[in-house]
Amino acid sequence: MADVTHQIPEPIPIDLVVNGVRRTLDLVPWTTLLDALRDHLQLTGTKKGCDHGQCGACTVLVNGRRVNSCLTLAVMKDGAEITTVEGLASDGTLHPLQQAFIDHDAFQCGYCTPGQICSAAGLLAEGHAKDADQIRELMSGNLCRCGAYPNIVAAIQQAMGRP
Amino acid sequence: MNAYVGTPTSRVDGRAKVTGAAKYAGEFPADGLLHGFVVEATIPCGRIARLDTSEALKVKGVLDVLTHAKRPALADKDEAWKDEVAPEGSPFRPLYDDTIKFNGQPIALVVAEDWETAKFAATLVRVEYEQNSFATDLEGERSNAAEMDKPHEPRGDAAAGLAQADVRHDAEYVIPTEHHNPMELYATTAVWGGNGKLTVYDKTQGVQNVHKFLCGVFDRKPEDIRVISPYVGGAFGSGLRPQYQVVLATLGALALKRSVRVVLTRQQMYGLGYRPMTIERVALGARSDGRLDAVTHEAIAVTSRYEDFARNDTGWAEQLYSSPNSRFSHKLVHLDVSTPCDMRAPGAASGVCALECAMDELAIALKLDPIELRLKCYSDRDQSENLPYSSKQLRECYARGADAFGWSRRNPAPRAMRDGKELVGWGMATGVWEALQMPVAVRIVLTSNGHAEVSCAASDIGTGTYTIVAQVAADALGLPIENISVRLADSTLPQAPVEGGSWMAASSAHAVLAAAEEVRKELLRLAGKMPGSPLADAGLADTVLIDGSIVRSSDSSRAVSIADAMRHGNIERIEKEKLNQFDEDKKHARNTHSAVFAEVKVDEQLGVIRVTRIVSAVAAGRILNTKTGRSQIMGGVVWGIGMALHEETVMDHRFGRIMNANIAEYHIPVNADIHDIDVIFVDEPDAHINALGVKGLGEIGIVGVPAAIANAVYHATGKRIRRFPITLDKLLD
Repeated sequence: MADVTHQIPEPIPIDLVVNGVRRTLDLVPWTTLLDALRDHLQLTGTKKGCDHGQCGACTVLVNGRRVNSCLTLAVMKDGAEITTVEGLASDGTLHPLQQAFIDHDAFQCGYCTPGQICSAAGLLAEGHAKDADQIRELMSGNLCRCGAYPNIVAAIQQAMGRP
Repeated sequence: MNAYVGTPTSRVDGRAKVTGAAKYAGEFPADGLLHGFVVEATIPCGRIARLDTSEALKVKGVLDVLTHAKRPALADKDEAWKDEVAPEGSPFRPLYDDTIKFNGQPIALVVAEDWETAKFAATLVRVEYEQNSFATDLEGERSNAAEMDKPHEPRGDAAAGLAQADVRHDAEYVIPTEHHNPMELYATTAVWGGNGKLTVYDKTQGVQNVHKFLCGVFDRKPEDIRVISPYVGGAFGSGLRPQYQVVLATLGALALKRSVRVVLTRQQMYGLGYRPMTIERVALGARSDGRLDAVTHEAIAVTSRYEDFARNDTGWAEQLYSSPNSRFSHKLVHLDVSTPCDMRAPGAASGVCALECAMDELAIALKLDPIELRLKCYSDRDQSENLPYSSKQLRECYARGADAFGWSRRNPAPRAMRDGKELVGWGMATGVWEALQMPVAVRIVLTSNGHAEVSCAASDIGTGTYTIVAQVAADALGLPIENISVRLADSTLPQAPVEGGSWMAASSAHAVLAAAEEVRKELLRLAGKMPGSPLADAGLADTVLIDGSIVRSSDSSRAVSIADAMRHGNIERIEKEKLNQFDEDKKHARNTHSAVFAEVKVDEQLGVIRVTRIVSAVAAGRILNTKTGRSQIMGGVVWGIGMALHEETVMDHRFGRIMNANIAEYHIPVNADIHDIDVIFVDEPDAHINALGVKGLGEIGIVGVPAAIANAVYHATGKRIRRFPITLDKLLD
């Protein structure tokens, strides 16, 4: 019995396409996608704020959809395409959302910011948010303790090309 | 030259933050990094009878389990454990002995090759306790409250003033325990450098505070430990004192002679500091025309058994409102909990909330408009010291705020305004905070290619310090802001206190000015020695740095470029460090003020409350950066909304244990809770406070907001809720 208690699960090989680059990892099944990114791939742009799906700081895009990477086991996403905040800018040019967040001062401490931006990218792709009220509602899974919400909404509106 | 100061300059660290390049304490890599996971006590008071780590140690990948019985040496004198902002008492020492002082206290650190393994093994640590009787309920223990030394002397005879008043209001307001909940988890990465030297990446508001603390606790020489914290994912006061995980990570690194990271879970963060639950009793007596006869304010607050944490809850009434009689008292109840700590506008957020609700209730009793009552009691002097203010544009805040809000269209009767099925309420309140400033040193290294590095140990916890330091330096050195690089939050950099109390903007800005003046002095010396120099006879005070040149103020045609001056002097770099100390001014009181206006809409059937509009008119001297400054006030307003409607740490007093130690059940405002927030900066020139006329913005944004909302809820519903937060169940009672 004691031996079972002390056993660590065996690692499983998986492939993730992270920001366009195929990465092969050996991960024990209890590793979350978040910890795989931060601890195994050193992509610390994706943040851990609660590890319970309560704050949204860990939001990344999985096959284009926004998910809480802390609630996602990495082995479940074998073969998936993952986009993190590090993968949004191209050739040194910021993604329109990244630039809009700077322009509108949509962050202070910056810790929730990668999750906000990835979540906003997912929001734009979903195409459900037409006005500020809908943006507020559909961005409410991403907490910002600095209280930058009005600026976050303004930044997303800029990126949407709406006044 | 002010190309940048006073403008809406975007954050200079913005790109790092939106690309994920900004590294926080728990993200710095190290070779052979180990991960620590904390085991917490599950009782609030007693001692550890047995602590069995044998099962945990059997797990593959676990290197050690540190406990009070098995750990490197820790200091045994309180002095070593007292950091620069420690309250009176005997600070908590993690893993020091078998005593349990609060639920959630760290009692072991499991160190393993990876985080998941450490977390798993922590579940195998077996603990038995000898539990003592305990108390965690402030209201149950209030009869045991102990009076603190009075921070504010009584004036006149408050009891007589109240007795003879035409109209009296006397009530208790209850502010619950609240937790900071910054988005970043409390974290430390202690990097083992060999030879016993450590580089400690820590989530802190003061790297030099943590550095001195660690050197004391671990009996190390200053050069053996370096503390770095370039980015801090929010703190709001929680990082003013060293957090226990910095001790545990350092302990782990010293024990194993390897690098160790300790990141607390969100739940574990509730075992550290918090805004103390406080019962605030305010009594006001007034004449029928609205002039105050007497003010009394008594606060009864929680603290731990081992430290007396107390802040100024009660003194604000004395400053704000003219009254011949006043009395204040602050009492503490010692409970089996961890010590509270500063949380955004400590003292004022709670105390002014009670005061401003009481003022609203008095205005209603007097049948006066709430602004009119405040103008009747307006004081141009700080009555506690009988001093004029260095500047005070609170009247203008009332006027500008009321105008922007449309206050004149308010029907004063409760339940008189509607929008469909929702009741509409408009309320207002005053805010006040101190304008503090501290000694700070800055080093500037100017290179002949026109770049400058500005460095200081101060932290930027999201407040914008990087940006304002760059702005002030760019203006003072006459360089484009792109040519300024700012280094902060490294204990080896020039001295700075903890970042708190809204003092860092004024303090760091003037340190930059002082260091820049030394640079200009050197440039003038070099330029003056050039053959036929146009600045040969120029005095320092008659020169400025503009567009890469040193220029005579009285004759701008007389100038020498920085590059020429340095080339002639045959030097590549000028390095100057200066400690700025502010002149002591005993002739003025120094405060920031605000007038906050709130609109709420309340669903009459369901009791759901929405804050649909806030106008915050702030008088805080000169605003260094109108973009980041507006954000700071907006953030404070969001905090005020949370304090009014959402935030409460709930304790099960049968177990002395927090029931909602997470951010799903401890509610903080989400995006959908926040609507229009209008920030107005009222022009407030201040010739006395400091050269730039800067007062600071970190705290003033929250003060007054909870009261304005509570007053609006009363106006909407006719129900006065004095126990915060104002949740819908309280409206449905």
